[in-house]
Amino acid sequence: MTAATESTLSDSTRPAPRPQRRLRNPGLLAALPVLIFLALAFAAPLLAVLGYSFMPEGTFDFTFPPTIENYHTVFSGSYYISFVKSLGLALVTVALLMVICWPIAYGMAKIFGRWANLMTLAIVIPLFVSENIRLFGWVLFLIKGGVLLGSLQTWLGIEAESILYDVPAIVLGLVYVYLPFTLFPMVLGISMVSREVTEAAFDMGASRWQVFREVELPLAMPGILIGGLLTFILSLGSLAESKILGGQAVIMIADEIETAFTFGQNWPLGSALSVLLILFSGTLVITLLNWVDLDRILGRGRDD
Amino acid sequence: MTEARKKRITHGLMAAWSGSIIVFLYLPILCVVLASFSRQRYFRFPVPAFDTKWYDRAFSSLTVRDLVSTSLSIALLVALISVILAFFGALAFARFDWRGRRIYQRLVLLPIFFPQAVLGLALLIWFSSVGIIPDWRTAVIAHLVWIVPIVTLVISIQAYSFDPALEEAAFDLGATRWQTLKEVTLPVLWPGVVSGGLFAFLLSWGNFPLSLFTTGADQTVPEWLYAKMVSGYTPLVPTLGALTTSGAALVLILGYGSWMLLRRRKSQRASP
Repeated sequence: MTAATESTLSDSTRPAPRPQRRLRNPGLLAALPVLIFLALAFAAPLLAVLGYSFMPEGTFDFTFPPTIENYHTVFSGSYYISFVKSLGLALVTVALLMVICWPIAYGMAKIFGRWANLMTLAIVIPLFVSENIRLFGWVLFLIKGGVLLGSLQTWLGIEAESILYDVPAIVLGLVYVYLPFTLFPMVLGISMVSREVTEAAFDMGASRWQVFREVELPLAMPGILIGGLLTFILSLGSLAESKILGGQAVIMIADEIETAFTFGQNWPLGSALSVLLILFSGTLVITLLNWVDLDRILGRGRDD
Repeated sequence: MTEARKKRITHGLMAAWSGSIIVFLYLPILCVVLASFSRQRYFRFPVPAFDTKWYDRAFSSLTVRDLVSTSLSIALLVALISVILAFFGALAFARFDWRGRRIYQRLVLLPIFFPQAVLGLALLIWFSSVGIIPDWRTAVIAHLVWIVPIVTLVISIQAYSFDPALEEAAFDLGATRWQTLKEVTLPVLWPGVVSGGLFAFLLSWGNFPLSLFTTGADQTVPEWLYAKMVSGYTPLVPTLGALTTSGAALVLILGYGSWMLLRRRKSQRASP
């Protein structure tokens, strides 16, 4: 019997190969619905904003010859003040949250054990309460005659000024709202530091501080940076904190954008401001996301 | 001081710090609940007199009914659509190895790293450019832009722990693509899908910056609360605030509870 007949024989006894059992590119196919949706509802609106930013002042469609006068208005006006103030508030918020969150994140990733799950739940639940209800709660707490000053006055006889409607109140609001956004990526980051590595460092005579600086911090850095950046971008573009807690003490950049679009009825100006904000934050985000290994953070490289 | 004792003290301090941060997170919510039971028109502390009359008023108010039904319709639709999109999105994110995956993973995350108020305004001018008049349905789209990526992440975390060999085995045993999806992939990812849906519902229910610019003439509960906080304060603000908070808590507890029940029943069935 020749090899050829043998192969035909065995082929006929096997079930016929089913055509197209495995799609050529199941990944792309699965990604397609999300990609199409984001193209229509995320990329297209951003392109519209970009388009409007080159239209003459006070127009509401794309039929005019493009101009850069809006960018000129932005750069020659006082908008940079709002931008710098928003930037400063965002940086202060990130710095405070790093210090506040590190011990908690470290505990949740390495020490608290089963309690960490309960803590996660306790921290997630307030996220589902509308941001402005929670901020309003701070108004009730801080306002004159409110929970804090009311109890100081009634039980201790101390008269104090409210910190409401000023910069500290805005920082408090930002720290409060964005705490989980810093914390959870940090927990993921710290859980990537394996116990063997820190123990090896201790065994070789490193001090607590050295282990922190040379081992834990660099290894946890991807998670820390993701959380920090998320907090930074969201605080930079925040609106509700300054409006509800800040009175008119600080005009945030998102405030300027909103005013241009709504009261100002000047879409091109609002668009130009948005484009600049998006360019600034987008560059940071894309640089960082390019650098970190998402697969490792989210699932494949988890330790203990 | 011994090493062990030093360690115990540090751990104790960390636990105390974590505990006080949790108190900090719940403090304003408690203040809202407290204010909702106050009889006075304007909140004072210590509260001179308690009353539930604002709850009676909230329950009989037609405005409140409208607001809740708008918020509810948006949140339910958002949860449903985002789970479907994100289920496949998560397979592409974490399960399949394909050429565009790296770029795709980063593209999907971009809407999360984006100021929401600016996104809402961008959508507003996009809708008006293509001639869509905003109402609650456009708010559904706006919420989805932000929530689909989040739900994709939630399901992806589940999908990372998924063993591709399971699907291969189903294929080799002659299951069709659809059968494999229904009988193998979906049950394995089910925890992620449930928590993703819950996340989507609750995040949409509480969202303010996206709704603000995209609901047109319709109004959600957070929008109304904001409008009343800024001008025309009424004691219904803390009352409705407390009500939506307890609504969200109820959904969370019911979701978690039924999930635990389901899991227990399943494990009983698995080991009779």
